[in-house]
Amino acid sequence: MSSTAHTHGAHEPVRKSTGRLVVAWVLVGIPLAYGVFQTLTQVAALFG
Amino acid sequence: MGFLDRDHSIAPPGFNRWLVPPAALAVHLCIGQAYATSVYKTALVKHFGASLTEIGVIFSIAIVMLGLSAAVMGTWVDTNGPRKAMFTSAMFWAGGFLIGSLGIFSHQLWLVYLGYGVVGGIGLGIGYISPVSTLIKWFPDRPGLATGMAIMGFGGGALIASPVSQALLRAYDPNSGGQGWVASGDAVGKLFLTLAVVYLAYMLFGAFTVRVPADGWRPAGFDPAKVKAAKLVTTENVSAKNAIKTRQFWLVWVALFCNVTAGIGILEQAAPMIQDFFRQSDGKSLVSAGVAAGFVGLLSIGNMSGRFAWSATSDVTGRKRIYMMYLGVGAVLYTVLALAGSTATALYVVLAFIIISFYGGGFATVPAYLRDLFGTYQVGAIHGRLLTAWSAAGVAGPLIVNSILDAQGKPGQLNAVSYQPALLTMVGLLVVGFLANLLVKPVDARFHERRPERHETSQGGLK
Repeated sequence: MSSTAHTHGAHEPVRKSTGRLVVAWVLVGIPLAYGVFQTLTQVAALFG
Repeated sequence: MGFLDRDHSIAPPGFNRWLVPPAALAVHLCIGQAYATSVYKTALVKHFGASLTEIGVIFSIAIVMLGLSAAVMGTWVDTNGPRKAMFTSAMFWAGGFLIGSLGIFSHQLWLVYLGYGVVGGIGLGIGYISPVSTLIKWFPDRPGLATGMAIMGFGGGALIASPVSQALLRAYDPNSGGQGWVASGDAVGKLFLTLAVVYLAYMLFGAFTVRVPADGWRPAGFDPAKVKAAKLVTTENVSAKNAIKTRQFWLVWVALFCNVTAGIGILEQAAPMIQDFFRQSDGKSLVSAGVAAGFVGLLSIGNMSGRFAWSATSDVTGRKRIYMMYLGVGAVLYTVLALAGSTATALYVVLAFIIISFYGGGFATVPAYLRDLFGTYQVGAIHGRLLTAWSAAGVAGPLIVNSILDAQGKPGQLNAVSYQPALLTMVGLLVVGFLANLLVKPVDARFHERRPERHETSQGGLK
């Protein structure tokens, strides 16, 4: 999905924000992945 | 504090809109802690010498305050923008933990009610709705996906908070590790202080990352005319004040209320319910406490993944159709669960997982449903008012299930048949919700904001 802005009919180039984007997603992604992993470990008892 | 104003958070040209979902997630992952209070519930009972009910009141106050503050503050959130709202939410949420810790250290339970319950609850309500209308404006092409990503965080927050809180309680309590260990009040107080600091930092990261789109912004290649092609998707706008006068608002309110009430019915009783369903004639259950805990974890994942997956799917199917699935298919699955759920553990687990995914999906899809019906003008405020359905369901769901189960027998003696009246009552509720959703039609033109008087502003969308 494109994230290119379209403002008042004029195309604007997307800023080089890859680093910031990665940092932002990592900051929320790592805790979430940790939580899901911990829960799945608990869920394993269900199928053990 | 002018840097928090909406005007100061307008995105510069070329801003990458994919920075907004992690900002929203940062807030929702923090406030999702509200569903992890069971971790220290027993410790607080012991510390205060209080009953389970007295400690449970802390959570109940927080959820009631969530609904009230979302309803009352919705218009303020829409007017002042997401940055100020997230900042305010962070202050209340972290402040709630600080006051709560003071209550724990000083043995004053009322301070915990005031702190975590009232102050924290206000933070919950403002935080919950803070990114919703902004996400819808950034993702007019995929509003379900966008709100699903954020509201998934509310489900995911408990998955993080539970293991982290358990680890911290063990670290803070020198007596941890023994058999039958219950964390000390001192450890819980220190946990509250830690959570206050960590959540404040995370939520401020969200507040200073979030941006609102400039007036007239739209994604490249997005054609609003295609959106109009769907019958229930309006290009008009309805104010929050007018929205609550429409039949559509109350029909969606009923649909959400029924969906949430039915879901809470299972969530509240998840662990004892699966054990009771597979209780043998000698009174022993085939399902151990450890396996039941695993089942609760699986439901948490179903709740979280349903928020994202079903809400994103609603962008393709349409909001009304997916609500018909939540409520209609949900009613069928509930019936199968009630009548045949005890035949096999796998069947029971699969049914419960899908039902809970529908419960989560209902929460995540509803902001986009409101956008479709009422436009983007004050969708955050309308969403805030709609969340009173959640508060009402939070009272009704457990009340219905517990009162029916109380009449069936004592805990530990119940079996699958004991649950049938409660589950079939939930089926009836889902049918009511299905019918309410079926009656949803486009909002009458008399409620629309008049176009000539409307112009784009940077102070809250259209005026």
